[in-house]
Amino acid sequence: MAANPMTQFEVYRIGPEIKVGAFDISFTNASLFMVISSLAILIIFNLGSKKNSILPNKIQLLAELSYSFVSKMISDTAGSKARPYFSFVFSLFMFVLFCNMFGMIPYTFTVTSHIIVTFILAAFIFIGVTVIGFIKHGFGYLKLFVPSGVPIVLLPLIVVIEIISYLSRPISLSVRLFANMMAGHTMMKVFGGFVVSLGIVGGWLPLSFSVALTGLEILVAFLQAYVFAILTCIYLNDALNLHH
Amino acid sequence: MFKKIFLYSLITNFFFTKKIFAAESVGMPQLNPEFWISQIFWLVLTFGLLYIVLSKLILPKISANLELRKSQIQENIEAAENQRKSSEAKLNEFDGIILKSKIEAKNIFKDAREKVIKNINSKKEILDKQIDDEVKKAEVEINTLRQSAPEKINKIAVVTSAEILKKLIGAEVNNSSISAIVDDLVKKNGDKYYGH
Repeated sequence: MAANPMTQFEVYRIGPEIKVGAFDISFTNASLFMVISSLAILIIFNLGSKKNSILPNKIQLLAELSYSFVSKMISDTAGSKARPYFSFVFSLFMFVLFCNMFGMIPYTFTVTSHIIVTFILAAFIFIGVTVIGFIKHGFGYLKLFVPSGVPIVLLPLIVVIEIISYLSRPISLSVRLFANMMAGHTMMKVFGGFVVSLGIVGGWLPLSFSVALTGLEILVAFLQAYVFAILTCIYLNDALNLHH
Repeated sequence: MFKKIFLYSLITNFFFTKKIFAAESVGMPQLNPEFWISQIFWLVLTFGLLYIVLSKLILPKISANLELRKSQIQENIEAAENQRKSSEAKLNEFDGIILKSKIEAKNIFKDAREKVIKNINSKKEILDKQIDDEVKKAEVEINTLRQSAPEKINKIAVVTSAEILKKLIGAEVNNSSISAIVDDLVKKNGDKYYGH
């Protein structure tokens, strides 16, 4: 492989070029791993929900533990009103988690290491949450920008800050995931390159570091999926239970 | 099919990366907008399908499974509670029966003992009476024997003495004189001989 640690993020066409109007929607390696992740999720959870035994087998246990994990996460952060959005948060968490985890396999492609993917997800969440907020509370939703118990003098400043922080939500949400995945994979690639260039004599140190980094990256892969999902829950909570 | 594509992509990976590496070696591929539309399209497609299948088909099933298990466990717990209660009631009943039968057994034992004691007492009285009678009879017999004993002994003594004398001196001795001597001895030492 090329020595440049950024080449792993290259997107390239698999198969023929598909064009719809002016848009190129060719099947790429990114598309491939989106499809693989989705299929893996569907297969695992389909197997996990097929048979209902009182004593669940391993795959059923996995599916049910994931279900209750996400369910608890939503009810803890957004309360019972967020119940209708459970499926979405569950799909989101699983999609991000599986994309991150598939990216940990050598020679694979990490879908979530692309800002465009995470940004589309974050933008959809942002728009969705804003729409839900306005549907539930009307223009009362704007009270979100006016925290209670703030001195009148500071209010204009606070409102401006609140609006900026609200608008930067999709950016922070998407950049957090994208940057974490990209940085981790780049670092692993760099250390992998050190192993090769230092050879059998000096390569052991970066190799051991690489092993440790792999463990850390798996943790980060899970953690970032969790953070992505829980921030979605927190934004939903703001929209559903306006308490300002 | 996916395996094929995957393998194909792996094999062609080297080729493509080399080509791209040669074409642009600076900057992040993420900021190259060439495939943005494609990524957005495939993200919406895959994630949309994933969401629809999960929310319509799979998640309701898992939820139903969990609910069913919960209710079944609840039912089992209730059944266990009921059985525990009934077994406790039966245990109480059993204890009552045991207590009652214990008291009954005690009563029966007491009755039997009284009966036996009564029986023994009556038999003992009869036996005592018989024994007393026997003892009295024996005492009377002994008394008569005792009273007649000195006389017989005297007679024996007289005859024995006469025989001894005859053997010793070879002459007949008058019985009356011997009996007089015996009488005299009896009078003197009778107390010593008969324990009077």
